Amino acid sequence: MSAIFDYLTQEPVWFYVRLVLFLVGTLAFVGANAAYLVWVERKGAGRFQRRPGPDEAGPWGLLQPPADGIKLMAKQVMTPPGADALLFRLAPALVLMPPMMCLAVIPFGDKLLACDLNIGLLLVFAFGSINVMALMLGGWASRNKYAIISAARVVSQNVAYEIPMLLVVITLLMITGTMNLNEIIHQQAGGFWQWNIVRGIWDFQAGHIGGNILVPVTFLIFYTCMLAETNRAPFDMAEAESELVAGAFTEYAGMGFGVFFMAEYANIVVGCALATLLFLGGWQSPIGTVPAEWGWWGTLLGTGFFFAKMYFLIFCVVWIRWTFPRTQFYNLLNLSWKILIPVSLVTLLLTAGLLKLPNLF
Amino acid sequence: MKALNLIPVGDPADETFTLNLGPQHPATHGVLRVKLVMDGEYITSAQPVIGYIHRMHEKMGENRTWAQYLPNTSRVDYLSAMTYTHAFVGVVERALKIEVPQRAEYIRVITSELNRIASHLVGWGAWVMDLGGFTPILYAFDDREKILDLLEGICGSRLTFCYYRFGGLCNDVDEAFVSGTKAFVPYMRERMKMYKRLVTDNIILRKRLEGIGPVSAEMCRRYGACGPVLRGSGVAYDVRKAEPYSVYKDFDFDIPHYPQGDSMARYLVRMDEIEQSLRIIEQAIAKLPDGPTMGKAPRIVKLPVGDFCYATECARGRLLVRVTSDGKENPYRVRLRTPCFTNLSLFEEASKGMLLADAIAFMGSLDLVIPDIDR
Amino acid sequence: MKTFWEVLLGLKSLFTGLSITIREFFKPTITTHYPRQTETIPARFRGHIQLTQNPDGGASLCIACKSCERACPSACIIVEGVKKTDGPGKTVSEFRLDFGTCSLCGLCIEACPVKPVKAIEFTKRYNLASTTNDYADMDLVQRYKDLQAKKS
Repeated sequence: MSAIFDYLTQEPVWFYVRLVLFLVGTLAFVGANAAYLVWVERKGAGRFQRRPGPDEAGPWGLLQPPADGIKLMAKQVMTPPGADALLFRLAPALVLMPPMMCLAVIPFGDKLLACDLNIGLLLVFAFGSINVMALMLGGWASRNKYAIISAARVVSQNVAYEIPMLLVVITLLMITGTMNLNEIIHQQAGGFWQWNIVRGIWDFQAGHIGGNILVPVTFLIFYTCMLAETNRAPFDMAEAESELVAGAFTEYAGMGFGVFFMAEYANIVVGCALATLLFLGGWQSPIGTVPAEWGWWGTLLGTGFFFAKMYFLIFCVVWIRWTFPRTQFYNLLNLSWKILIPVSLVTLLLTAGLLKLPNLF
Repeated sequence: MKALNLIPVGDPADETFTLNLGPQHPATHGVLRVKLVMDGEYITSAQPVIGYIHRMHEKMGENRTWAQYLPNTSRVDYLSAMTYTHAFVGVVERALKIEVPQRAEYIRVITSELNRIASHLVGWGAWVMDLGGFTPILYAFDDREKILDLLEGICGSRLTFCYYRFGGLCNDVDEAFVSGTKAFVPYMRERMKMYKRLVTDNIILRKRLEGIGPVSAEMCRRYGACGPVLRGSGVAYDVRKAEPYSVYKDFDFDIPHYPQGDSMARYLVRMDEIEQSLRIIEQAIAKLPDGPTMGKAPRIVKLPVGDFCYATECARGRLLVRVTSDGKENPYRVRLRTPCFTNLSLFEEASKGMLLADAIAFMGSLDLVIPDIDR
Repeated sequence: MKTFWEVLLGLKSLFTGLSITIREFFKPTITTHYPRQTETIPARFRGHIQLTQNPDGGASLCIACKSCERACPSACIIVEGVKKTDGPGKTVSEFRLDFGTCSLCGLCIEACPVKPVKAIEFTKRYNLASTTNDYADMDLVQRYKDLQAKKS
């Protein structure tokens, strides 16, 4: 007991205060994001289809998410007969946990992060993988054939897409040399030409070829894998409403379903935030550097940049969803095993070679 | 909790399970039920169970006078109501040898083709929605809305038109319809180009449809499949060319057909058919003659004793109306040979060994309208 | 190499699709915001039927010949007439429409023998949804009188 106490008191008290504060903040952030990303999604879908979208509740339908939330909470929570009640109830809780954990290490601004972990990137991927377990549990426990088919699909899909995603991230890691997410962002200071997506091609600061000239392809692979990992269209095998009714969530009613929805959007936020900070310079300004003497105002501005980039990527997710049809399952796996993995392996080899190249001359 | 008997019935060594697709399922677009026996995601047998929306349209024909049956014809296949009414009106005109004025025939062709485009747009949009693309159906509905506005302007109804009468039409078209249709043809051609770029060329869609659900011409013959399903298997059979009815002889159009026999072929047939329909409309509007729209039809319709039939090419294939008359005011028997029923019947054989998602893509390619199956 | 081009062309097709939808994104909406905006109803709109207003005022043009009742496929029209007091023929005393079974086909109007103006016509009413059943049972004679009172 005292060992644990000693361990915990290694850090100053403000570390824990900050952690708790940020975790509460993260919870609020996830909740607000999930609610309003549904609104963005529906509004966006409406615009793409040339209709107004939710329009009745409040101005521009802005009160729609709370109204939906109240409706979902007022609904009866049902467990289908014969279902494993414990697992069935546990799955929604499990599905929302990983993205929240991930958000703890994501720096939204220079000092705006809950936990400055030097293996932040690893933590994000470790927790990101739990998500699939929760979906599988939910599908399995529902005792519904559609849900089980969906659960099986989710597992093989996530396994297939985790590999190219990690390979792609490794190429970046080789350039950055650190897993600390804040550090990765610090390296990209200076302007948009210093962001990894440009710096990989040509390193302007050092004046030689960058570590990975295929970095736009890398970004594309990362984004595709992110879509697949979060089960978003065109890879929404898990939900596939025209085939599997609602996939793993078929039997969920009320807030159980709502939590799955929240988790989906929280996952998108994590994925897009990660893409932003790995490739697009996180909270760095696109031109120059935010002067250090601006203090908290500078941090706030940085957060603004971060959200601008992140929400643009999220908008692209919505945009893609309302444009493409769903892929067939074997095409999805083919894409991963036959195209994405070989290409990311090539980029990995290329990066390894290119990183050594400047040293040779 | 009450114990439930969860032990599967049947052979325990048999790893297949039964999956009920429908009667309430998003992909069946109505109350069609398909009993799937699945081995994992592979289908070992698929048995369509029909009859959930059986409305006795054929039996109703026996209890109504000939004219009273007219509203029924627009409710069998509600998406191509015009061609159904055309077939029924045609059979009575053939039996009574009623002369239909040229203008009426031309307007029948125009409205039928407009209706065919509207029907294909819904079929296409709903199919792409089955495949997971939600936006195209709303673009398709936008165009369909334009067609329905035109048709509503002339007959007052948007879906169950009931526009044709024995010997002609219930009322003449107005200038607004003619100019509206003239404007619609180039507009629709532009939209077709957009659809091609948005959906047809899309790699995801192509991967999903190419090579999926091959239906050979031989299988089509065996099951009596018709319409785009048959033409997608390389048989250029179209009632409008094979046994031209109305004034279809006067128009220059092709029968789109593709030899591959897969879902993509059926898709392309439908898209090409819209183009061909536009061609027919363009010609018919240009040649639209003046004159009356109602021929000399008896006030009380009584068919001579005998058997009569009339076939039309509706959006989903060959529709044959066969009536038997015993000389009374009511038909003795009305028989509708509907295309969706025969097109569905090959589903069981063709979907064997398919993946679930492919089977849904395949079912979409048959473009089923459930009331048309059950009647 | 073939796969490479396939992937590239596939990617291009995806970006074409995206460019189309984003263009639609910025176009104005095409829907009608129903309770606040309404569409114009075309002249030939087939609503439920009603007795045509007599241009000269007074009683309905209907001669209670029951042609419409016979023509109706759904048997949803009931017509009763009484002998006219001031001349030959009949005048309508009861004209009921069971709108719940009406299929809006218009065969009744075509069957009407009254000339030059038919005794029954389509209305342009479409806001007929109701939570009770009694909307379906329409007393068209009463409706005729109400409309006439409103006109004068």
